[in-house]
Amino acid sequence: MGDLTGPNSGIVIPPKNGAKLVFDEYNKTNPATKIELVEYDSQGDGSKAVGLAQQAIKNDKVAAMIGPAFSGESAQVGPVLEEAQLPSITASATNTKLAQNGWKYWHRILPNDSVQGPGIADFIAGAAASKNAFVIDDKSDYGKPLADAVKGQLETKGVKVTTDSLDPQESDFSSVVNKVAATKPDSIFFGGYYAAAGNLLKQLRDKGVKDAKFFSADGSLDKGLIDGAGAPNAEGALVGCPCYIATADVTDEKVKKFADAYKAAYSADPAIYAAEGYDAASVIVEAVKAGNTTPEKINEFIKTVDLAGVSKQVKFGANGEVEAKDIYMYQVKNGAITLLGKASEAKLG
Amino acid sequence: MFSDFINQFWPASIDGLAFGSIYALIALGYTMVYGVLRLINFAHSEVFMIGTFGAMFVPFTLGIDSTLTGIALVGVILAMIVAGMLASAGTAIALEQVAYKPLRKRGASRLAALISAIGASIFLQELFALVVIPGVFDRPERGRIQMGLPRLMERSELFSIAGHPVRVDQVVVIVAAIGMMIALDALVNRTKIGRGIRATAQNPEAATLMGVDINNIVRMTFLIGGAMAGVAGALYLISYENTNYYIGFLFGIKAFTAAVLGGIGNLRGALVGGVVLGLVENYGAILVGSDWKHVISFTILILVLMFRPTGILGESLQQARA
Repeated sequence: MGDLTGPNSGIVIPPKNGAKLVFDEYNKTNPATKIELVEYDSQGDGSKAVGLAQQAIKNDKVAAMIGPAFSGESAQVGPVLEEAQLPSITASATNTKLAQNGWKYWHRILPNDSVQGPGIADFIAGAAASKNAFVIDDKSDYGKPLADAVKGQLETKGVKVTTDSLDPQESDFSSVVNKVAATKPDSIFFGGYYAAAGNLLKQLRDKGVKDAKFFSADGSLDKGLIDGAGAPNAEGALVGCPCYIATADVTDEKVKKFADAYKAAYSADPAIYAAEGYDAASVIVEAVKAGNTTPEKINEFIKTVDLAGVSKQVKFGANGEVEAKDIYMYQVKNGAITLLGKASEAKLG
Repeated sequence: MFSDFINQFWPASIDGLAFGSIYALIALGYTMVYGVLRLINFAHSEVFMIGTFGAMFVPFTLGIDSTLTGIALVGVILAMIVAGMLASAGTAIALEQVAYKPLRKRGASRLAALISAIGASIFLQELFALVVIPGVFDRPERGRIQMGLPRLMERSELFSIAGHPVRVDQVVVIVAAIGMMIALDALVNRTKIGRGIRATAQNPEAATLMGVDINNIVRMTFLIGGAMAGVAGALYLISYENTNYYIGFLFGIKAFTAAVLGGIGNLRGALVGGVVLGLVENYGAILVGSDWKHVISFTILILVLMFRPTGILGESLQQARA
């Protein structure tokens, strides 16, 4: 379940495709119990998502759910799923608070925002050796806490931090840009989505802020960032993400097999959260293979699963959070987003 | 804080002037229609939005994907401004014919026209998101995603003020906006159409008795206001290089604010209001932080209206000297 046709569908279709790949592969083996994938297009709207969840539970009698994709809709759908005792695994909703509801049927297959912010901050202070950072947020439920987390962690590392906010609905960020230009930072972090990130980056570079490294997080991990900023301006920009995107040059055999299968099926490289969607679906397939077909039994299985997935070793804690906590860094090189490596290990070339 | 202000004063002033010029050009449309019809045309924000896409159509059709110089650059920029004007003026006239004229003919209240304006505004936004952007600009399923303009001119430094560079694109915006406003001022104050507009604003019945064709004057008012929004759209696109189907929303509110700030119904007031708003936004953002940008501009608006309820210049179109 998630936004399959709306403005942010770009980050929901890849995990759906990843999941579909798993079920198609499984059904091809002619198992005793086939799995049917039903798609629910919430368009990212919480009230729509609640209606669809009820439909899924009462009419379609689904056994498990992958999604909802976004944090907002997850907060609304969560209680419904909990009451119906329907297990769910989200492959993209990263709001920290979701895990604090005591939901027993809710799981998340990637680290949350409170892991992502400090992970990126460590990279800024470590590999990028920044001494003077400028942190900007877009005032949203996503961008503000993330930027605060980055700021807090940078300060504990002794980095001087200046902050400002912008309104992503606007297109002129000159007041922020002038402030950055006057502060002369050596790194800039933006907590927000790719459309605003692209415009901001372009205006910064146009204003002569050329040497400061530009950082952002998963909301900006989209080629819309490069389109918005223009390829020359975006070159070298760094984006962190709790997600693992298999890029063309991977060597790991399992990942390569996944990437090739994905490419063969959709004639595109796996994009954001595709690997997470694939892993979430794999967990459900494993559950069914082990003879668990009711929601209750699948939920029990998810709690004990320990599966070597494409994106990570999948093992859930008692609160539904996945145990692996790796943040990955990506960099724009020659107009394309490429994987640098884990934020804790990656080096700047 | 004040050292920040001194450090950032010049770049903030230049940006404020450039952005304020765009506000002012849009504000003209609000103020002219108000002057003549006593109606706030809330769909004017969409007239601006369509102007950006009209201007976008030129480089899109020509397939430009690298920077231009010399005659080619000047030609493309002029063509973009003209295309923006045509698209916006056409939209404004269509709006008048479809959304306002039928209501006016039947003597409907101004409230009905207001609702009609909001309806037209939503209709135009969705029309672009669902039909025009995917269809005309060949972006299937991406109608709601921002559309970028390839860089048309090198953003080289033209000269500098107190050590702060002034870029060529900023100068183009400010110069073009001032040129358009001088032309408009001459049109309203020195031509027959201008006299008709002023007469209608002053007293529609008397103007009719004097042989002024009111319907024609109203059409001209929408046409001129629309064309100015089209210029604003083209200038915006050239300097910010992106647009989307809801770009008009925030600009509409700001330009309307500028029109009220300067004195609604007053053409020169729209100019003053736009520039003041652009500058105040940027100065306020330095002093208090960009989060407070909108709060500061609206606080200034309220303060001005408390002491000068008719706006900074006050005098309205109908009282302008013949």
